Amino acid sequence: MSDLRDSFFQECDDLMEVLNDGLTALDEGDCDPETINAMFRSVHSIKGGAGAFGLDALVGFSHAMENLLDDVRSGAVTPNAQVTSLLFVASDHLSDLIDHDREGTTADMSRAEAILNDLRNLSTAPAPAAPGELSAEEQEAAAAFQPLVLDLGLDLGPDIGADPGADPDPALTPAPTPGPHPGLDADLPDLGPFRDDGAARPMVITFSASEDLYRTGNDPALLFRALKALGDLTVTADDSQLPPLAELDAATSYLTWRLQLDPAEGVTPDTVEGVFEFVDGICTYDISDAPPVICEPPAAASPDAQPPAAAQPAPDTPAAPPPAADGPASSGASSSRSSASSRSTIRVELHKVDRLINLVGELVIGEAMLRQSMSEQGLTSHGEVDVAMGQLRQLSGFLQESVMTIRAQPVRGLFHRISRIAREAGREAGKSLKLVTVGEATELDKTVTERLTEPLTHMVRNAVDHGLERPENRIEAGKPERGTITLSAAHRSGRVLITLSDDGGGIDRARVRRVAEEKGLISPDDDLSDSDIDNLLFLPGFSTNAEVSKLSGRGVGMDVVRSEINALGGRVSLQSQPGEGTTVTISLPLTLAVLEGMIVTVAGETMVVPTSALRETFRTDEAAIHDFGADARVLAVHDGYVPIVDLGAALGFREEPDTITRQSLLLIENETGERTALIVDAIQGQHEVVIKGLEQNYHQVPGIAAATILGDGNIALIVDTDQLMSSQPPVTRAVADKPAEVPFRSAQACPAQ
Amino acid sequence: MSSTMTEPQTASPEHSATDRAGDDLSEIVTFAVGKQGFCIEIEHVLEIRGWTKTTVLPHAPDYVVGLMNLRGTVLPVIDLSLRLGLGKTETTPRHVIIITHVQDRTLGLLVEAVSDILSVRDGEMKPTPDVASPQTRAFIRGVYSVAESLVRAIDVHQVVPKADGLAA
Amino acid sequence: MTKKILAVDDSRTMRGLLEQALRSAGFDVELAEDGIDGLDKLGPANPDLVITDINMPRLDGFGVIEEIRKQDRYRALPILVLTTESGSDLKDRARRAGATGWVVKPFDEAKLVAAISRIVA
Repeated sequence: MSDLRDSFFQECDDLMEVLNDGLTALDEGDCDPETINAMFRSVHSIKGGAGAFGLDALVGFSHAMENLLDDVRSGAVTPNAQVTSLLFVASDHLSDLIDHDREGTTADMSRAEAILNDLRNLSTAPAPAAPGELSAEEQEAAAAFQPLVLDLGLDLGPDIGADPGADPDPALTPAPTPGPHPGLDADLPDLGPFRDDGAARPMVITFSASEDLYRTGNDPALLFRALKALGDLTVTADDSQLPPLAELDAATSYLTWRLQLDPAEGVTPDTVEGVFEFVDGICTYDISDAPPVICEPPAAASPDAQPPAAAQPAPDTPAAPPPAADGPASSGASSSRSSASSRSTIRVELHKVDRLINLVGELVIGEAMLRQSMSEQGLTSHGEVDVAMGQLRQLSGFLQESVMTIRAQPVRGLFHRISRIAREAGREAGKSLKLVTVGEATELDKTVTERLTEPLTHMVRNAVDHGLERPENRIEAGKPERGTITLSAAHRSGRVLITLSDDGGGIDRARVRRVAEEKGLISPDDDLSDSDIDNLLFLPGFSTNAEVSKLSGRGVGMDVVRSEINALGGRVSLQSQPGEGTTVTISLPLTLAVLEGMIVTVAGETMVVPTSALRETFRTDEAAIHDFGADARVLAVHDGYVPIVDLGAALGFREEPDTITRQSLLLIENETGERTALIVDAIQGQHEVVIKGLEQNYHQVPGIAAATILGDGNIALIVDTDQLMSSQPPVTRAVADKPAEVPFRSAQACPAQ
Repeated sequence: MSSTMTEPQTASPEHSATDRAGDDLSEIVTFAVGKQGFCIEIEHVLEIRGWTKTTVLPHAPDYVVGLMNLRGTVLPVIDLSLRLGLGKTETTPRHVIIITHVQDRTLGLLVEAVSDILSVRDGEMKPTPDVASPQTRAFIRGVYSVAESLVRAIDVHQVVPKADGLAA
Repeated sequence: MTKKILAVDDSRTMRGLLEQALRSAGFDVELAEDGIDGLDKLGPANPDLVITDINMPRLDGFGVIEEIRKQDRYRALPILVLTTESGSDLKDRARRAGATGWVVKPFDEAKLVAAISRIVA
């Protein structure tokens, strides 16, 4: 059962995705009936499953949503902005309820009440779902709209009582057909066998089937069998209505039965009645005490009477047309066929995939080790061996690529979460906004997707809170009152770019600069470019506290965003235009598992520098290196000067070398275009390496992104170049990035660090 | 890479089968660090390997010798002697690394040599004597007397490197 | 002989619940994911009974029942619909389409099996 429960929650994720897709479409003005149908079905399925697992709150809430969606579907409610917005809120809450049920925690029902009220106010259907979850008002409504039980004055059990088809309203039920031993007068709702003591007495049942009984695949013989299971049964058929053979219509029922039942102990009248549940309305039957005497047959009754269900409008749909008009033709209309096809997928536990990925990683390493030892022994010069090795290498490469795609998943789910956060943030901040998503199908490693939630959450809150102007200010600036935030994902040259842009006021650089000065992050004399000022936002400890809000003033700033993204092997950059908005770009590797790297030697250690950050390499004896101040050096490149950092010293492996004559320089660049030249002792070559995280058995190490295992089985550390660079003083970087001015600004550009 | 030197799982049957007096029997792996006898519970031990060169980790505490490759898994190796305050180990090919699994992490403990696998009663463990230094006491759960020698029971949970103070 | 049941529901959870309940009651079970899938599997499965959900993509339960009843060989095939508690008008519609009976969701295993045994020969 717990497997099914897990499966239900997994299915809920899928269903919520359908619902959210539909809502987004609806929000964009797409009112395709199939979209709305799909949304309805999603909520309906959630309700169905929730009911099966006794999740009453979820049943009640999804029922209210389902009602509104049903109204939208039928056209009774127009999906205007108010409805769409409510559905968004409701869908978010539904998602919360699912999460709470999944985790076994209690949801905040205070909000549910307000949403439920809104849903009820907009929808036309008052019928409640789970009694446990209904307000008094709703229960009253329920009573008012389901008067059957009261009208009958009978307790026929919940299923039967609620079913209008089971309503044996004596005024409308045709009398049983005459037979040799007819039952009691059908006009009298004589419920003889139904005594207070609950036990059934011997009874007589007269029964005749209508054509519909046969048409629906019911069979009197099966009914009799079911009755026989309840006690001693005697069946007598009356064939007096049987026409001559030539006139016999195979579809028409001519027979009437008289059944005498002596119920076994423990059989209640309800049980007997229950046998007729499916045929109530498409047969005539009457149950009475076994009569001590034979009664006179009642007067009028026709055996080919219309099915009672037809003559009897359902009480809660008084205006329903007679079935003759509402036959197969109209129900055929609801059987909408569409070309929507379901994706063919299987569910695999993540650890199995990870194991596969690890094994393939090992295979690639093993292949490299084999290749290395063969080349050491001079075996690769043999043509056949060489060809076979080439094939093995290619195949293991393909295998690795294919295996990596298993972990990839579309960013859709992530984008939906962020959309939701944007909506909530907008509501809290009192800013009307529209979130546009682009490239939802872009695939990204599952782990990356998961770990992006937090940084993106912070970014989108920033955009709503600090990026978008207040509505009145927007109008003043000649912008639409409703702000737009665009979240997009795209593949670009082996990486995935995720951008979040707003059409707000842009970064207030004067204020950012003032704050940075107040906090001592920069000096008032520093000459900073616009981009330098924007990048101050990424400095640890920078937070424009003057306006800490409920949303983004949570003690984390863009520095946390940057370090999170860096930890994923990604880079963040920021562009802003005053009055036009801000765009934050995250660039991520396609997968966390492999990386193209330059293998280098530093202080006797073998290390890997990701080639994604590498721009150029130099030999120190050929490069234009200038001493700079007491203990710094810069490298002259064609468009300026960049600071030089010794990798070994930066990682604490050795002291800063006094002379650099026989080393190599790696010119690296981060996402914002800042550059640094790293000193390494030797460059061995470029290789694709399998990334082995350090967090699993150790923890993150500053300046180190991860580790890898080399062809000889030794471990090499992968350098986190962005982190190395960000640990350099910002002003040094800022100034070094403005090469033309460097020689004139040496005094302040190179503070004694 | 040297092969497995000892199979800790194959505990001597005399130890495990003879004594059924209580259900609180547990097995321990005993080893030497800085000429002293120590032990850990066998359920923490995955395997025992010979010393191989490790890769130096920047910004790591001194007792973290470096990283080793265990069939594709990258794990840190801890100089148990230094961790226990008994001085830095000068490694030789005779040194061994006990691969342990603790708190969902796998890590290697560098020790001088593994001595034995013993069955002991939990009740036989005595409290750590007061004479031990505070640093030692922090890592020791108690002591066993085994064949006239003292075996100190290491609290493996305390040995795991802590991230605090290390991150930038 | 073991009776075979074709269960049609677009909800994976509901299919799982149906399969578990029916199998533990000793039935053979064939599952279908929506109306079209159900009709596709009808011939090959040749079930003794069909249980179908109403709200489904591509072809809903009413459509399934109508399509089944159109074929002479299935005129007497017992068909149960799965309805929700508020589905009294749905029951009527289902019956007009040709449904033999109904089971109210969330269903009770015993009731489900009782309903089936009432209509399967």
